[in-house]
Amino acid sequence: MAYFTTVAANCRPFARLDPHRVVLIVIGLVLITAAAVFMRWDWLADYYMLAIAGLWRSIWILIVTCVFGFVLALPLGLAQVVGPSWLSLPAKAFCTVIRGTPLLLQIWLLYYGLGSLFPQYPWIRESDIWPLVRQAWPYAVLALTLSFAGYVGEVMRGAFAGVPSGQLEAGRAFGMNRWKLFRRVWLPQAIHKALPTLAGETVMQLKSTPLVATITVVDLYAVSARVRQDTLVIYEPLLLLALTYMVLTGLLVWIFSRIEARIPVRVG
Amino acid sequence: MTDSFFLSLAQTSMFELLAPTPPGWGGNLVRGFINSIGIGVGAFALGLLIGIGGAFGKLYGGPVRRDLLQVYTTLIRAVPELVLILLIYFAVPDLINRLLDTLGYGRIDVSGPMAGIVALGFVQGAYATEVLRGAILAVPQGQIEAGRAFGMNPTMLMRRITMPAMLPFAIPGLANLWLVAFKGTALLAVVGFNELTLETRQAAGTTKAYFTFFMAAGVLYLLLTLISNVLIGRVEHWARRGRQPIAESR
Repeated sequence: MAYFTTVAANCRPFARLDPHRVVLIVIGLVLITAAAVFMRWDWLADYYMLAIAGLWRSIWILIVTCVFGFVLALPLGLAQVVGPSWLSLPAKAFCTVIRGTPLLLQIWLLYYGLGSLFPQYPWIRESDIWPLVRQAWPYAVLALTLSFAGYVGEVMRGAFAGVPSGQLEAGRAFGMNRWKLFRRVWLPQAIHKALPTLAGETVMQLKSTPLVATITVVDLYAVSARVRQDTLVIYEPLLLLALTYMVLTGLLVWIFSRIEARIPVRVG
Repeated sequence: MTDSFFLSLAQTSMFELLAPTPPGWGGNLVRGFINSIGIGVGAFALGLLIGIGGAFGKLYGGPVRRDLLQVYTTLIRAVPELVLILLIYFAVPDLINRLLDTLGYGRIDVSGPMAGIVALGFVQGAYATEVLRGAILAVPQGQIEAGRAFGMNPTMLMRRITMPAMLPFAIPGLANLWLVAFKGTALLAVVGFNELTLETRQAAGTTKAYFTFFMAAGVLYLLLTLISNVLIGRVEHWARRGRQPIAESR
């Protein structure tokens, strides 16, 4: 450890209330109070119901796309590790394409491209899914799900490959069949390894959700854009929006740290 | 499904639509692509500058500077890029003009590309700070101490020891950041800057050939990503020269 003397200052116990920190906190509080007092917040009364509905929709989209995306990512990761080439090559191509193009482009491709194809078919117009494909949110959910699957598929590839083969051999020696081995040994250890990265990916996904506003899904961001259009107040809605996303990010990080804390780690 | 997919591609011939001269829209796409690359490079360079300053500030700065940088990186990384870009895109020209007004100068027009570079670069800076800080910490600190013991001043120490030694650790993270910066330029479409995604949407909206144009744009983005990956691989190989290959790397 003697090497690390130059960074010793970083390793010292976290002193919460050094004098300079008190000054910084006071400055921060003054700035927040000034923002609350001198900026225009009178629009809040008219829009808070809409904002709560938007917040709820953002969170809902986040949860649904993360769950479906993760379920889709498992076969993508697995196919790249153990799959035959006719499975692993498409999986790799999918991950590369998703990770190599902007999410905004993917959302627009699905919404404008796919959305312009469906009306050409009479049988779709007559079927039960027609009301669904006329709305914007299915495209938003589909695009975000595929995007999450592409990024997490790559993460899970590394996680699956990183589980020591001895663990799998031990499971096999106990007579577990493939499915049980996957469920009891391989998957839990892979998730454990990938958990910090998964937390980061989930935060990324949260930060991607405002893009759905560009295809007319009314999420939290769309509400702030509407406030800007209606009242010509520019900064206040954006600042409040930024604050809300900070709180959501903090919440996500906290939840993941709780999950990580539940898994016992042996320190060697 | 596939029938109509190819039908919509074939309606007006795809090559006619993508032709580089005015009846086709290829020229517009290429112009947007070049704009995107320019903004991406500018934002990445600005982010790198902020990142170098931020990383050194975070490691060697005083307590106040360190805390301020911590606030900067934490806040920026917790807020969606789109929101930050809107905030900076509106706020920076406004603030500059207010400052000029109070100083008694005339107003200036901040150009779209400039505002875009500043907005994306400011966001990139927060991520670059963390990447470079980690890379500097990964350098065996005895090397830096040895340089200091030889009486090198901080600039020479940085130029001769810290930078070359941390480069192999920083390149994977920086490569990722470059791709994020390039893909992030698509967000400027939302504020109405004519980069590839917006050009594509305009072309698609006019001709109604949505699939053709969005696919073409996707191919362009993907092409640059793949070429970048190859080049980055070479740079990484160069930065790692003289080092033992890492055992667990694939």
